[in-house]
Amino acid sequence: MNFATKVLHGSTGIDPFTGASSVPIYQASTFHQFDIDQPGTYDYARSGNPTRHALEEAIAALEGGARGFAFSSGMAAISSVFMLFSAGDHIVVAEDVYGGTFRFLTRVLSRMGISVTFVDATQTEAVRAAITPATRGVYLETPSNPTLKVTDIAAVSAIAKEHDLLVIVDNTFLTPYYQRPLELGADIVIHSATKFIGGHSDVVAGLAVTRDEALGEQLYLIQNGMGAVLGVQDCWLVMRGLKTLKARLDVSTKSAGVLAEWLSCHPEVSRVYYTGLAEHPGHLVQQKQASGHGAVLSFDVGSRERAKALFDRVKLPIVAVSLGAVETILSYPVMMSHAAMPAEERQARGITDGLIRLSAGLEDADDLLADLKQALEALPPLPSAIPSKKEAYSRV
Amino acid sequence: MRLETKLIQAGVGKDEKTGAVSFPVYYATAYRHPALGQSTGFDYTRTANPTRSVLEETIAEAEGGDAGFACASGMAAVHTVMGLFSQGDHLIVSLDLYGGTYRLFEQVLSRYGLAFTYVDLRDLEAVKKALRAETKAIFVETPTNPLMQITNIREITSLAKQHGLLTIVDNTFMTPYCQRPLELGADVILHSATKYLGGHNDVLAGLIVTKGEELSEKIRFLHNSIGAVLGPQDSWLLVRGMKTLALRMDRHQSNALAVAKKLKEHPAVAEVFYPGLEEHPGHEIQASQASGYSGMVSFRVRSQEQVGLFLQNLRVVSFAESLGGVESLCTYPATQTHADIPEEVRAYVGVCDRLLRLSVGIEHPDDLIADLFQALDASLVVGGAVR
Repeated sequence: MNFATKVLHGSTGIDPFTGASSVPIYQASTFHQFDIDQPGTYDYARSGNPTRHALEEAIAALEGGARGFAFSSGMAAISSVFMLFSAGDHIVVAEDVYGGTFRFLTRVLSRMGISVTFVDATQTEAVRAAITPATRGVYLETPSNPTLKVTDIAAVSAIAKEHDLLVIVDNTFLTPYYQRPLELGADIVIHSATKFIGGHSDVVAGLAVTRDEALGEQLYLIQNGMGAVLGVQDCWLVMRGLKTLKARLDVSTKSAGVLAEWLSCHPEVSRVYYTGLAEHPGHLVQQKQASGHGAVLSFDVGSRERAKALFDRVKLPIVAVSLGAVETILSYPVMMSHAAMPAEERQARGITDGLIRLSAGLEDADDLLADLKQALEALPPLPSAIPSKKEAYSRV
Repeated sequence: MRLETKLIQAGVGKDEKTGAVSFPVYYATAYRHPALGQSTGFDYTRTANPTRSVLEETIAEAEGGDAGFACASGMAAVHTVMGLFSQGDHLIVSLDLYGGTYRLFEQVLSRYGLAFTYVDLRDLEAVKKALRAETKAIFVETPTNPLMQITNIREITSLAKQHGLLTIVDNTFMTPYCQRPLELGADVILHSATKYLGGHNDVLAGLIVTKGEELSEKIRFLHNSIGAVLGPQDSWLLVRGMKTLALRMDRHQSNALAVAKKLKEHPAVAEVFYPGLEEHPGHEIQASQASGYSGMVSFRVRSQEQVGLFLQNLRVVSFAESLGGVESLCTYPATQTHADIPEEVRAYVGVCDRLLRLSVGIEHPDDLIADLFQALDASLVVGGAVR
């Protein structure tokens, strides 16, 4: 089944009792047991709810995994998956992970006796070099947020397999439409479904999919034990969003490509990060492992003052935290998604004061382009010369 | 202002734009910033959501705390609070405890180097004996689930203060309408708001209330970082439920007392546990620290064989996990809520195979008693003859 069809008919999308085209919202916390000796499929909504179950099956089918899990936020999915590890374990983590993941790893999990080494996972050998006898997992985000570095999932998974490590991939930016990490050797895929999967800036949700049943059972114990589950109304909204995932991404990705090309030629922009640009260092790996480049790009306008001026001038995009919506969203990683990361860590990861992240929505691309054009034209000049494109890329 | 009034006023007047008496459900995940470096107070829904804020302010005020936090489930609330502790820390915990909390502690958090000692908190000497250099907190459930044992909250909090420990109280069974542990010296309150606060068996939710700025900030950090937050629709449903908390609790309690008294009279029943009964060993402590007894009644039948027959024959009361809803529910702790506690621990605590837990709803008490009695009668019949 092709993805466009699978996203609509891939799993139990139809209510078996009534044939309703949309799964009903079971706003029930508990379920009557008809027979003490034969417990029903559902007993308590934290442990299982038919609406949530439908979403969990849908994402498992789309990612090609055995079991799906819905959590109350992307961070709830991430923190629950990390609970698979125990005190004394070590995890190798891609260095430019989402700021919230970084915060959880360094300020919560670190107190629980779990150690983490951050590496540039785009350098596959750096992952190998960081593995110690205590290492139990590798955590990747590709393309990374916000500088869109690409990690070779199959290559890292192969190294991980040699050492019997779990490979966990945050697939938020690409969704299973463009990239299916389980097919490339990963064990667990995580989503902030708040982003492209939900797609409408109206629901906070997280999803996880495990490659096999055994790992699924372990994660189920944690989902039920910790209880960071997604509410039923929110499950229904995510499923509703999922139905248009392909249609939305087709449009958003096309616009992102047009904007990235245009920005990369613009004199006021020192640097553009988008895997669809041929000069992007991860372009080829991305083409090999994913079927699209997604709708997120970042660009650098050189300074905080200029970034502020651009935010003040743009009319169409929402200036906000988050991404992956029908509306185009501009964000300022230094003060938003990566505010939780210390300044020196940010600098080391290329998250500069002039960096702006753009998540293309469904507006007309020409309208977006015109809006950015007028905003860029009004930027104050940079105090020092903008580095040339060539210099910029040589620093990636 | 009395609690009944405060609860009814939850969210009223907060939507200044339209004056809507019922605060709207904000589905937005992201909030447009007026300019770079400026915020409306809402940036990203995981961090703060206007609908969730109404709920959080309401529960904080009801419990007499400084900050409230709404979580995806009661267990998510427990887990979030446990994020306060670090590898090597030790907690003293109610011996008779909800099975889900026990499972989280023993199957998940123990792997992170947290240690737990389960103690009958009615025995202060036993609590003192369990203290260690690494002890950081006492985790209290009172009344306990399912045996309805009463812990003297003042005694525990004063002991905790002497030793610099936090006192965390799961106030699910009582709700702030009947009991406010922060006023008795506790530091953190937990709720499975799925139960009485929501009250309609239709929403899964957890709440945390903290006292003190430093502790509130720590929990705020964990709440946002772990991300086990409650969605806006569920937040709205919970506020809606809390508006009728006082009405429901009064009825739950009067029904529970009537049911408990009647159950004692039935020949199929061996023991009844309800703190509202004068002969209950914790009755006086309960009267001194709470303004009510809530609607949870546990009882033991005479033999395990009765359990299946009794449950099968219930007509009005549903055989289901959970509690605190308007509908009466009967739970069999041994295989449901407490199934994750090892059998020998259950037996030692008293959660035996003859124990049933009743969450008395707000139906007419005569109908409940009639239903329980006919099912109890049926439980005595074996092969057509009365046992």
